[in-house]
Amino acid sequence: MRKDPEGGKFLRRRAVGAASLAITAILAFASVAILFVIVGHVVVNGIGSLNADFFTQIPKPYGESGGGIAQAIMGTVMMLLLAALIAIPFGVGTAIYIVEFGRGRFAELVRFAVELLAELPSIVVGVFVWALVVRNLTGYSGIAGSLALAIIMIPIIARGVEEILKLVPDSLREAALALGTPKWKVVVFIVIPTVLPGILTGIMLSVARAAGETAPLLLTALGNSFFNFDLRKPMAAMPLQIYTYAVSPYDDWHAKAWASTLVLIGLVGILSGAVKFFTRRWKHESQ
Amino acid sequence: MSRSVFSRHGAARAADPGDRVFAAFVAAMSSVVILLVIGFVVLLAVDSMPSIKRFGLGFLSSSVWNPVETEINHLNFGALPYIFGTVVTSVLALLIATPLALGSAIFVSEYAPSWLGKPVSFIIELLVAIPSVAYGIWGLFVLVPFMRGTVEPFLQQMLGNIPILGALVAGPPFGQDLLTGGVVLSIMILPTILSLSREIIAQVPRLQKEGMLALGATRWEVLSQAILPYARGGIIGAAMLGLARAIGETMAVTMVIGNSSTKIGASLFTPGYTIASAIANQFTEADSEIYFSAIVELGLVLLLVASVFNIASRFLVAQLTKRTGASNA
Repeated sequence: MRKDPEGGKFLRRRAVGAASLAITAILAFASVAILFVIVGHVVVNGIGSLNADFFTQIPKPYGESGGGIAQAIMGTVMMLLLAALIAIPFGVGTAIYIVEFGRGRFAELVRFAVELLAELPSIVVGVFVWALVVRNLTGYSGIAGSLALAIIMIPIIARGVEEILKLVPDSLREAALALGTPKWKVVVFIVIPTVLPGILTGIMLSVARAAGETAPLLLTALGNSFFNFDLRKPMAAMPLQIYTYAVSPYDDWHAKAWASTLVLIGLVGILSGAVKFFTRRWKHESQ
Repeated sequence: MSRSVFSRHGAARAADPGDRVFAAFVAAMSSVVILLVIGFVVLLAVDSMPSIKRFGLGFLSSSVWNPVETEINHLNFGALPYIFGTVVTSVLALLIATPLALGSAIFVSEYAPSWLGKPVSFIIELLVAIPSVAYGIWGLFVLVPFMRGTVEPFLQQMLGNIPILGALVAGPPFGQDLLTGGVVLSIMILPTILSLSREIIAQVPRLQKEGMLALGATRWEVLSQAILPYARGGIIGAAMLGLARAIGETMAVTMVIGNSSTKIGASLFTPGYTIASAIANQFTEADSEIYFSAIVELGLVLLLVASVFNIASRFLVAQLTKRTGASNA
């Protein structure tokens, strides 16, 4: 037996320490298990309905077998592209302002506004875009959906790019300034090219987030069961399709909802995985 | 906050004309962000006006939500059932998620070796990338039957006969109810609380931890006497951000909460609504101006409440970062 100077107390303290390790380990692995359970269910339930038709056909009316969600995939891609086009100048411009030009109260205000915008409930974004655009200008449309997604993307891009721009060493800026280069040229031709992969990563992250948004699209793009290339008309999107199918009473539609979820998670997962991978490599290299 | 050299001493230099144009451009882009935030509040407030004028504070305290005027039931919009649903599900989510997230955060940042801790936190944080509608479909087809068939009967057996707790689990287990809503939300806010807690625990000065270890303290003693007291404010901040996200979450909750009853009762087995799910469900049904206005007012309430928790959370976390900055200097 080991001699205990504290008369039993020592062993108790060690036991409590070990217990705290065990409990936190269990909690951590329970949290990890949750992810595997959810993704596992999506894969198992979704994979059976994936086939060529699923990606190339539009939905068949209930009762007819077959059909796919091609129109929703296309709608998601089109709206994401337009949303990215709208959001990039605002997001990147805001980040450049905060890091390279921002001073004093106004810069603090911009930063605060970015934080507020980033945490807005997404359904509120839907209500806003409905009231601003859908009601009087476009009706339910792909444009309105894109705008809602763009509003969600702007703060994500701004925060991501801000972090990346801060990684650029000041010595680089100072070297260029010392040669008499105007500030804007330093930013556009030196700072931005240096971190371009990082900026693209930030944009990709925002696309990944926006791809899964459902609530704002419900009030703006509305959804569509047919191919529609006209952004001025109601447009389908994968998350909307999943929602509609999931809450429907038909087994066949449920199966398609699972399959769509698998495709959506795959898409978002590839985008976010790439982001994590590049961010790590990027931060590693720049240190 | 670190800024680049420009913003620190840029002002004194004589500017290139291109500089002015470029500075004006990026300032304009960032003004739009500010205008957006103002626009949200103003537009939602304006559209809520008819409802605010007609129902006043009664909107928040009345539990009668009746969009159709009939001879017996007068038109009225009271959001209390929705507010109740939001509060119950968010608080439940917080009660479940905080211990899980905090325990995991402690494990990955203090106890586990980094070859284990890093992948574990990476995997848990991937939960944030799963779209809300995916949680919704999983919740609807997997969690709801599981809650109805297994968890809820079990809870009833365990707690049913205990005086106060029994009321929480009274009634037939539906599966689609407040409890399931809270469980789904807790999974969704888990990564938020985890990653923020992890950052906060990392802020605790090494010297304090090592000092205690040198005195022969055990893991638990370092945790309970050095780390947690120091990080407490920040961890509360992390939980608050989780709460803000839970309050605003829409699709997943909408799909599992039932959306059928506006009854306010003690039982967590009651199908209900949250503010967000009420908007999602009823927005396109609003056929009169006052109905629409009432729904927009729900949006306004959601916007304000979520922002308040968000700001409070950032304040708490910033306090801690400031203190650490000062003590390291």
